[in-house]
Parts: sequence; structure tokens; C-alpha cells
Amino acid sequence: MNALLDVRGLEVRYGGIVALRGIDFRVDEGEIVALLGANGAGKTTTLRAISGLLPIRAGDLTFAGTNFRKHGADAIARLGIAHVPEGRRVFTRMTVRENLELGGYAVAARRELDVRIDEVLSIFPRLHERIAQRAGTLSGGEQQMLAIGRALVAQPRLLVLDEPSLGLAPLIVAQIFEVLRDIHRRGTTIVLVEQNAHAALALADRGYVLRNGEIARNDTAANLARDPAVVAAYLGGE
Amino acid sequence: MIYAYAFVAIAACVAIERFHNRRAKIAIALALAAFLAIAPRFYGNEAVFSILADAAVYVMLALGLNIVVGFAGLLDLGYAAFFAIGAYTYGMLASPQFGLHLPFWVLLFLAAALAALFGALLGAPTLRLHGDYLAIVTLGFGEIVPQIFQNLTKYTGGPNGIAALDIPSFFGHSFGASVMPYYYIALLGIVAALWISRNLRESRLGRAWMAIREDELAAKHAGINVLRSKLAAFAIGASFSGIGGVLFAAKLALVSPDLFGFQVSVLIVSMLVLGGMGNIVGVVVGSLLLTIVNSALLPQINSLVDTTFHTTIDLSNIHFLIYGAILVGIMLFRPEGLLPNRERRDEFHHNGEAEAEA
Repeated sequence: MNALLDVRGLEVRYGGIVALRGIDFRVDEGEIVALLGANGAGKTTTLRAISGLLPIRAGDLTFAGTNFRKHGADAIARLGIAHVPEGRRVFTRMTVRENLELGGYAVAARRELDVRIDEVLSIFPRLHERIAQRAGTLSGGEQQMLAIGRALVAQPRLLVLDEPSLGLAPLIVAQIFEVLRDIHRRGTTIVLVEQNAHAALALADRGYVLRNGEIARNDTAANLARDPAVVAAYLGGE
Repeated sequence: MIYAYAFVAIAACVAIERFHNRRAKIAIALALAAFLAIAPRFYGNEAVFSILADAAVYVMLALGLNIVVGFAGLLDLGYAAFFAIGAYTYGMLASPQFGLHLPFWVLLFLAAALAALFGALLGAPTLRLHGDYLAIVTLGFGEIVPQIFQNLTKYTGGPNGIAALDIPSFFGHSFGASVMPYYYIALLGIVAALWISRNLRESRLGRAWMAIREDELAAKHAGINVLRSKLAAFAIGASFSGIGGVLFAAKLALVSPDLFGFQVSVLIVSMLVLGGMGNIVGVVVGSLLLTIVNSALLPQINSLVDTTFHTTIDLSNIHFLIYGAILVGIMLFRPEGLLPNRERRDEFHHNGEAEAEA
């Protein structure tokens, strides 16, 4: 199977500090891949580098056969990679619908945009109820759903999520992960960064463990969840 | 007389803002336009319409700056620079300075293009700056441009500027000494600026600006080309100012560097703050109010004091004090401006959101 996303030798520096070094990872079409690691290990940096939000020092990035190392963030979004940022970052003073419309910024035709928004709303009935409400008035879980919905309006081939469970109640986290499973069933490939390693490994097919800006482990999610070292470090024992 | 016109225009703007019915809004706007076009035949004199023509130029400038500051959220404190570029375009290319006498109408468009070009040139190096840092760089640009015009004596006449600019003509009919042609052109300019502003706000570019203003990183995540959108805001905003500059220079038949100093930039920003940044109708009201205060009310109070107390005070010397007082008052009592748009109102009244959440 050909890799949908192929990252080779990725290096990112902040000033003189090496944040990522020699990161190799691949995501195949239809997979769910989790990136795990402690705070500061480089998970978010990896995602931001893929989305074109950080300058890359070295390495190559290929998406569906296209080398996009030199693409800007907007061009990468048009390639079909949608990034749900850490902390959700919905446009709080805009309505739910306006937020979703911005997700389809690259979609020129109004009718097409409306169809896509309706599809997304069918996945998130809660958002449908709140369609005319200001996003700032939504609960944290609803905002996370809106952030995911906004990314989905672009109909990405690859959905990249940064800590979708951050700061949410367990019940809401379960709902969000259920939605991600549903989105995956509909044919979207997913990469997610998670502190909540239990939930992430339960969802993912494979996982990478990052440590100090390098890939420390690379295995199937099931093996990682069983590995005593991983369990001790990232799953809080058991 | 001038107050009657200003009152009618402002009242109509407030009515447009208050009505929610789209057709009612359009009807009021058309009625106002018809009134402003026909009324000069019956009421008023050259002096009144001279002030109104200046007011109209300022409305255009404010609408242009509104695109940069109000729509895209880029605080530009050097906007007068583009006004100067527009005015000097006319000054240098339609005067005895170089013996060039290009037609007024051509220069209107050329100045818009040149101002847009310089808008983009200024924008390019500042794109990565935010908030205060951006404001400081634009402030510098606003100082540099008049300085350049002042010191390129060979080309711009230096501190004295360029005088005896060509009087425009329309199909062979010279404008002569009348201010009425400028009044009508400025009115048309406002109509065009309003139309462009409105369409831009509803366009994809307008949505991109809104997203960038709200959260630049999130805008990038949504696939918006932030750099290009910001450059477009600078260029389009500046082009309004370029046209305003040509009108201003032709009406005055004079350009000199001191006409485009920092105070002009501050005046235009004050108009936006007073009226309600980002809201097109609010910006029109804010710029009308300040121009009327500046060019009609203050001189009148001067002469009133003069005749009643037999002392001369010149209030125009302290007009910055008066703007300052107005701005402080606005910040205290209505920080979102007189006629704010929805987003801006929310920005200053978070309690409304909190209640909705509870």
C-alpha cells in the first residue's frame, strides 16, 4: 500500500534548539495513527511542521505522491490535509455556521459549501441545534466538535488532530472519539496527538512514541498498549 | 446650513443601521443620495459645499482605512502617507512643476494604482508583525513619506510644495473656481467606496480578513493565505486614499508636505474609533461628525467668542485636545463606537456572552 503521508528525516529548530530530529513516519490511506509522548517531546511541533505552520530545517514531506515541503499552510490545506489545532481555536465571535463556512474557504461554489456544511451537521446534531449561536457561547465539547466540523468541511483526505480530548470531561471525550471512529469509517485517514494515551491507542491502528524530538518507538497500537515500558511511561501504570 | 446637511446625512445613517429590513435600508440610502445630489440647487452656498466636499473626501479615506483596520484588524497609523501619495501624484503630473498636464480623470485611477502599490510595498515587510509592532512601523512610514516629499525639493517643491495645480475639466468644461464638481465627484466616490466595502465584506476575501482579525493561526489552519489577504487589505485600503488625495489636491490646487502629517492619520483613526470600527455606516457617521466639528463648529465658536468677548482664541489650535476629549469620552462610555458592528460590540461586552452561556 502506498503511503498517504510520508515524512522522512524531518528536522525543526526553534532558534538554536533542535525540536525535532530525524523524524520518519508514514501514514497509509485509511489508517488511524497516534503520536504519543510526554510534554515537550515534539508531538505538536510535528503536526505543525506537517501543516506548514513552522519552517522546516531538513527532511522531506510527501502527501499522496506530492512533495509539499515548500508549500505554504494554505497550499497544504488545499492538498487535503486539515488540521484541528490544540485548544480548538474556533472563531469565538462568529456563529457556528460562519465557522463552518471558513472551514470550506477553498470551496468557491456557494451551493457546494452548503451541501458540505449539511453533511457535517448530520455528524454533529448538537452543532445543528446551535447553528446561529456565537461559537464563544458553546461548551468546550461543542467547541471541539465545531473545530473538527470546520476541518471536515474541507473534505480532507487526512485529518490531523492535536489533543482533541484536552480539558474535556470523560463523557465528552468518549463522544468525541466515537465521532472520530465514525469519520474514519466514512473514509478519512486520521493522525492524532494525545495525552490521553488509553483513548488514543484504543482508537488507533498504529502509534509512534516521541521522546526528546526523536521517534523512540513505532509499533501497532495493540502492541504499544501491552508494552510495559510504554504503559509505565505514558499510560500511568495500570 | 452645514449642520442641516450633516444632520440629515447622519440621521439617515442611523436609520439605515436601525432598520433590519433590507429594502427599507436601500430606500433610505437612495433617498439620502438623491437629497445630497439635488439639494445644492436650492440650499447652501459655495462655502458650505466646500466643507461638505472635504467631509466627503474624509469619508472616503475613513472607508479605506476601515478596510485595513476594521476588516483585517491591522492597525495602520500612517495612513495619511497614501493620501499624500495620491495628492502628490496629481501635484507632480498635473502642474507646471514638470510641465506635465495629465488629465484629472486619468490621474484619479493612476493615483489609486500607485497608492495601492505603495500600500503593498509597505505591507510586505510588516506582514509578520502584530498589534503594537505593526502600528509603530506604519507610524514610521507615515512620517517618512511626507519627509521624502519635503526633502526632494527638486521634484516636489520641498517645504513649499507645488502650487497652481491644473484645474480639472469635464469634456472640455473647466471646473473653474466652483467647488460643486468636487462635491459631486466626492459623493460618487463615497457611493463607489461604500459599494466596494460592502461587497468586499461579504466576499471570500472579506471572510478571510474576518478570520485573520479573530485568530490568525486559526485562519491559517482553515487554509487561508494570510500574507496575501493582508497585502490585499493594505493595497485596497490605500487605493481609496489615493483617489481622495487627487480630489483633495485638485480642489486646493496645492500640495505641500505639512498637509499630510501624523495628525491626519490620527484624525482618520479617530473617525473609525468614534463611528465604530469595521462597521461601514458607523465609519461614515464618525468621519462626518469629526469633519464637521473640525471645519465648521470650531471656526464658528472662534468667531462667536471673538465677537462676544472681544478676545481672540483659536480653537483649531487645540483641536487635538478636543479629539482627545472625544476619544476618551467614547472609550469610557461607548468603547465599541457610536454604531458598532456585532463582533465589535461583543468584544467590549463579554457579559452578554456569559449570560448566554449560563
